Amino acid sequence: MKEINKNITIIQSRGHNKQYFADLWKYRELFYFLSWRDILVRYKQTVIGIAWSIIRPVLTMIIFTIIFGKIAKLPSDNVPYPILVFVALLPWQFFANALQASSGSLVGNAGMISKVYFPRMIIPASSIIVAFIDFLISFIILIILMFWYRFMPDWRVVTIPLFLILAIFLTLGTGLFISSLNVKYRDFQYIVPFIIQLGLYISPVGFSSDIISKKWKIIYSLNPMVGIIDGFRWAFFATRSSYLLLSVIFSIIISISILFIGVWYFRKTERTFADRI
Amino acid sequence: MKTAIKVENIGKKYIIRHQQEQYLTLRDELSSNTRKIFLNVFKNFRDNPTAVPAKEEFWALKNISFTIKNSERIGIIGKNGAGKSTLLKILSRITEPSEGQAIINGRVSSLLEVGTGFHPELTGRENIYLNGAVLGMSKKDINAKFKDIVEFAEIDKFLDTPVKRYSSGMYVRLAFAVAANLEPEILIIDEVLAVGDANFQKKCLGKMDDVSKNEGRTILFVSHNMAAISSLTEKCILLNNGKMIAFGNTDKIVNMYLSTCMYDNLISKDGIYDYTNYKLHEAKINLKNAKALFINGKTSGNDNNTRTIFKEGETIVISIGFKVIKKISFLELAFGVKNMLDVPIFSVLSDIFQLDLKPGIYNTKIIIDPNYLRPGEYNVGFSMYAPDLQDGIRNAMHFTIEANSAIYNNPHWSFSFLGSVKLPYFWEEPVKIN
Repeated sequence: MKEINKNITIIQSRGHNKQYFADLWKYRELFYFLSWRDILVRYKQTVIGIAWSIIRPVLTMIIFTIIFGKIAKLPSDNVPYPILVFVALLPWQFFANALQASSGSLVGNAGMISKVYFPRMIIPASSIIVAFIDFLISFIILIILMFWYRFMPDWRVVTIPLFLILAIFLTLGTGLFISSLNVKYRDFQYIVPFIIQLGLYISPVGFSSDIISKKWKIIYSLNPMVGIIDGFRWAFFATRSSYLLLSVIFSIIISISILFIGVWYFRKTERTFADRI
Repeated sequence: MKTAIKVENIGKKYIIRHQQEQYLTLRDELSSNTRKIFLNVFKNFRDNPTAVPAKEEFWALKNISFTIKNSERIGIIGKNGAGKSTLLKILSRITEPSEGQAIINGRVSSLLEVGTGFHPELTGRENIYLNGAVLGMSKKDINAKFKDIVEFAEIDKFLDTPVKRYSSGMYVRLAFAVAANLEPEILIIDEVLAVGDANFQKKCLGKMDDVSKNEGRTILFVSHNMAAISSLTEKCILLNNGKMIAFGNTDKIVNMYLSTCMYDNLISKDGIYDYTNYKLHEAKINLKNAKALFINGKTSGNDNNTRTIFKEGETIVISIGFKVIKKISFLELAFGVKNMLDVPIFSVLSDIFQLDLKPGIYNTKIIIDPNYLRPGEYNVGFSMYAPDLQDGIRNAMHFTIEANSAIYNNPHWSFSFLGSVKLPYFWEEPVKIN
């Protein structure tokens, strides 16, 4: 005989699912499988496959170095310009790729959402993993670049995971928020590329934060990516941009708030996904 | 027995917008809000509040309550749009009810579609893992079942081919194979058997039967295939327009559904039918050019009294009235009886009447004596061949055969599950041969 199981589920209107996060844990394998699927599918039917993960950041780095370093001749704090750019590209590309993937993830998996139950949060969360793999690949390229330029970071480099976690919070929060908005308002699939494009101009990816005039510094620092990117640069190059602390504090506050807003809004609208999608 | 599912007053409401926009965009929301504001401002000047897009509440389900015990197999039947799928979606937690609650005791797997989560670029092997995970299996479960799944799907040669290269049959087989190897305590299945070829469908039904009967699972099953419902389930829920009409033994409910829902315009209590409403006639016939048409019919006994209930073995007289519009040189009539599962039981053809039929009203009779039908519900359809096909009516009549206890020594034999017809026979007494 089977033992008496305690798997009692209560389905209610506006039900308060107390086991939500326990459920999330129970479905962790689905999270692995969906991430694994996204990774496997990523470069199917491409000729050079995974090489795209190397070519894309390297090309971006070369273009930025030429435009900002060689043509605009922006200052680089005595750091080789390619590395200056590449260190910033790590968190930026992660944010941009992950946001792109997660914001459309719910709509892209509409079939699953309308046919099977699982905690919906798994979908946008797992779509971030592909961007994370790209981040790791870029990280390896960075290490190679550093050897090439004989550039040795000091102890500060161990703080990288902290800034990375900050970037994950920001990305996950934004991704959850926008993906759930996108279920109801498909406008967001057009807004996201715009956010990413604008973000690239207002974040210190191609340039160093020092070129921003003092007058604008506080408003400029409200962009949570500023704290994260400058944090990455500080960890690698020990270059302290002015207002570094302020921008990092802003970044922590804003990223964590966005994460909470994202989770809250996602949970609030999740119940209607299957009806709306 | 323990309760597996207890549903209390479940209702599901949708808001229908009459503008029929498919996606809600920000602009619409904003503009409709601004419009509302303006309308409020100008309310005194204009009394036309209907300019705001009309919204209407629509209850896909209302006041549904039932209890299902452990290891019961329940069918859910009803016309399209009756709310069957909505009910399954609520019970599998895909969508929330608007009111009421359901308590589910046990691990649930729902199969509203086969191959949910399949990715065309991935191989069969990869999709087995992915689909399994989507349906709630752990990697360990899938590993343990992997061989069974591949065997059931008969795709071992193509295990490492992307499924986008599969034939649709292979795709469906693989998808069903994964689902068939789920091991939940409660299994919720939507019309997934309506896929694949006849052979595979049979295999699926067999597997479902096996799973439900031998492994003691609680099963909720939606289908339009009454034969499948009858063979797989013991009890049925009948839904109509979002309301629960009945809940009871499958035989009873299936008959009720078929007689009340499907042919409601052809139900006659007294055995007299009128076919002058030409919507009842087969659509493919061009009624404008027809030279002859059925106009009425009746079922009666030997005594000529019309009725719809007959005893086993009793004489049934079926009269058919038809109108000849243009002169026809010959006529052939066909007449067929189906049971309530829409399975043909028998059919008969008239002689080719070589009559020169002038325009007018005619009547003809079919006398079935004795009737060899088993107790149950039957439908009659007929068609007419003049120089070419002239008319046909699919579910033209309906009658019931009741058990005639007088002809059974043992009343145990008087049920319809013994078949649809009883042919004349002689059964010799057993003889000892050794």
